[in-house]
Amino acid sequence: MTQVKRTINRRAFLKVSALASGGMMLSFSWLAGCKPSTEETSRLPKEWFELSSYVKIGDNGVVTLMSPNPEFGQNVKTSLPMMLAEELDIDWKDVIVEQADFFPERFERQFTGGSLAMQMAWKPLRTAGATVRHMLIGAAAQAWQVPASEITTKSGVLYHKASGKEAGYGAMASQAAGLPVPEEVPLKKVSDFKIIGNSKKNVEGLNIVTGKPLFTLDYKREGMQIAMVAHPPAFGLKVKSVEDSAAKAMPGIKDVFIIKTLADDYERNGFDTTTFTEMVVVVGNTTWEVLNAKKALKVAWEKIADTTVVIAGRGGKQSVTIPAGLESTETHQTAMAEMAKKPGKVLRQDGDPKGAFKKAAKVIERTYSAPFLAHNAMEPVNCFAHVTAENAEIVGPIQAPEFIMQALSARLGMPREKIQIKLTRMGGGFGQRAYGHHLVEAATISQKLNAPVKLVYTREDDMTYGIYRPTYTATYKAALDDQNNLIAYQVKAGGIPESPLGFAQNRFPAGAVDNYLAEEWELNSNITIGAFRAPRSNFLGGAEQSFLDEVAELAGKDPIAFRLELLDRAKTKPVGEQNDYDPERYAGVLKLVRDKSNWEKGNSGAHRGVSAYFCHNTYVAEVVDLSMRENKPIVEKVFAAVDCGVVVNPDAATNMGEGGIIDGIGNALYGEMTFRGGVPQKKNFDTYRMIRHSEAPKAIEIHFVKSEADPTGLGEPLFPPIFGALANALYKATGKREYTQPFLQGNQPLV
Amino acid sequence: MMAKINLQINGKKQTVDVDPNTPMLWVLRDHLNLVGTKYGCGIAQCGACTIHLGDVAVRSCQLPVSAVGDQAITTIEGLSVNGDHPVQQAWLEHDVAQCGYCQAGQIMNASALLKRTANPDDKEIESAMNGNICRCATYMRIKAAIKSAAQS
Repeated sequence: MTQVKRTINRRAFLKVSALASGGMMLSFSWLAGCKPSTEETSRLPKEWFELSSYVKIGDNGVVTLMSPNPEFGQNVKTSLPMMLAEELDIDWKDVIVEQADFFPERFERQFTGGSLAMQMAWKPLRTAGATVRHMLIGAAAQAWQVPASEITTKSGVLYHKASGKEAGYGAMASQAAGLPVPEEVPLKKVSDFKIIGNSKKNVEGLNIVTGKPLFTLDYKREGMQIAMVAHPPAFGLKVKSVEDSAAKAMPGIKDVFIIKTLADDYERNGFDTTTFTEMVVVVGNTTWEVLNAKKALKVAWEKIADTTVVIAGRGGKQSVTIPAGLESTETHQTAMAEMAKKPGKVLRQDGDPKGAFKKAAKVIERTYSAPFLAHNAMEPVNCFAHVTAENAEIVGPIQAPEFIMQALSARLGMPREKIQIKLTRMGGGFGQRAYGHHLVEAATISQKLNAPVKLVYTREDDMTYGIYRPTYTATYKAALDDQNNLIAYQVKAGGIPESPLGFAQNRFPAGAVDNYLAEEWELNSNITIGAFRAPRSNFLGGAEQSFLDEVAELAGKDPIAFRLELLDRAKTKPVGEQNDYDPERYAGVLKLVRDKSNWEKGNSGAHRGVSAYFCHNTYVAEVVDLSMRENKPIVEKVFAAVDCGVVVNPDAATNMGEGGIIDGIGNALYGEMTFRGGVPQKKNFDTYRMIRHSEAPKAIEIHFVKSEADPTGLGEPLFPPIFGALANALYKATGKREYTQPFLQGNQPLV
Repeated sequence: MMAKINLQINGKKQTVDVDPNTPMLWVLRDHLNLVGTKYGCGIAQCGACTIHLGDVAVRSCQLPVSAVGDQAITTIEGLSVNGDHPVQQAWLEHDVAQCGYCQAGQIMNASALLKRTANPDDKEIESAMNGNICRCATYMRIKAAIKSAAQS
């Protein structure tokens, strides 16, 4: 056999790392109690060969694919390996999927957020699969002494037609692992896909329905302690002292102490959002014992002074002041109303908006607002850590492991290579789990105890910790000429402590109107905020689409026809060069939802609202059909049209879309966190109203635009527009426009 | 204040030595290593901790271990041997789960519903399932799966 000189590939993750003679014992899950069944064991090969970071092939042809990204329900653990399997040319039934640990040297971009998983993995993962396939072909070519170009593959088998030779991937895996990694490999055409585009069931489905330990909260380790925290009950307070003698004397309690997770001079990165750097910790044997001892703590709190921290985030390094004070929703609303009256910071201006408003035939101005929102992932914040003098092992629900490494390393005084983060399935994320303060807390506690520890937040700890969706307000103004053409459009938006507009000034209808102005403002606060499903868009989508509905009405135009008219203008004679959308794809989803919902003919008695929004690189249009029963809105049906390019896993994509729509309806109708004296006014699900079974739509239809464009994500894009479609349908039902979220305020919980 | 308490869980006799006020949720999770039953709110508002007491769905976060007596307890781990209960099968058929955290509670509640009402209509499903929050909002599929399971 000819030995080919090994070349170094420019992509570290494609490097063949090692032959796995006897070494690579497959574990189905590293979680305790999740042992493979007999059926699974019988599938296991005697030997595994690692052909890339992502692919291990067994001598019997079974293939293990590594899923790099953290999973929190968006189904990446199924759809990312589908990309690998497609180009590897294997049968899905021969695939075992494993969750990769956080290992940036081996895997690209182990981050889940921004609806980017599909988009960012599309080329790298298919390339990784194709690369391994070509190495297997190379191995067969050497073994059979035939040109590689004459070898074909199908369903995990290599064929040489002329000689009649064939071999399974397992038989060639050992040899292939020793071959150089090709620099360039061709990828399949979309029309040749066999796995991508065909629904595959969730690879964890059986483990979920049988209650297997999949989540960090289920994690156990010999000698593990349970830790709970008491954090300040209000934003603007900190720990003064703790009287812990009663708690310490309670059964099962090991210790009570105060931790400090970030040093005062620690330079934070953009994801080091930490509401409370000091907390009281109770450690003991069991959750119930620690819960009871926590209640027996007597903690004295004191007000914080203005505090300056250095944050090296998105906008570069800057000093940020966390203001002192105990804030309340009432004062927030007054301050926001005042800011909304003043000129903001101009983000974009086209033409002469001022002049256009002066000569307008009709002018309309409306203000929309929305409250802070808590994420309320079903699995409360928790984290396992075992820190020793030598290294740190962390198991935790985290969307963005790379962003918390800096804080962990600084706090533990340990280089990054000694800190290992294992990624678990998360019981929801919604953006909250991009911020890893709980990893630093658990690691700090474990280091102090010199023992393995699992930190568990109660629901109340979780809901009152912060990192909320900010509260926002936006004032829109539009001018029509005497022909009812839109001649000017203005938006001025702001929030506490963040403006929703920063990224969105170049969105539709910018580009479709000659005179345009976008301004923003911000008010500082000590209430912490973070990403929440479709950050910023989750407010703007609803506000803008409600406003456009009202403008269309003022112009006497059908709301879909009005939008299509504007999109046509943006396509044929765009204003400005920075517009961030493709007007044709935008119009495409509007037309699709119009046709699928039979918009023009109307629907039997339902009150209908429409909206369309483009964010996170995916185009969505939605129609809501409402009826009113006993003065309460019933969502009868939702139609959605979606353009996300190639749909990798259609049924899972539909599931994600349904979730986004229902979550949006829930937050639009009920979602709200308020404050009094710095204290979050909702602490659990008895007062924080979540959408429930009986309030979900009676039916949802999701239609995907047939496309060969590279895929974009779905975790977020269906969420923002539903706020607008729902508001517009409610207007048809009640005759009243919705300007303030939640639309149903003051409703009592159902159970 | 600790007490030895005998329990019958998933067809097996178990003895635990715990504070009698300990909710079944934590007895299952911390003492018996049955972690399929989930903690979500601790105040019986979310349904993640649903188990069967006899044939009835109950919130284990509000059930002190001392109140169980000789009633049989079934958890998600004991609903079937290999995940072949009709409700579990229907969940797989409809690929219900997103994050999956609440689904054990949903399944335990749905299976108790089908025990008492073989063919529930939409209203009965909604009212029986209203105490179980799914934050990922897989409600459409949960309802479809319950209907499928009722047919099988």
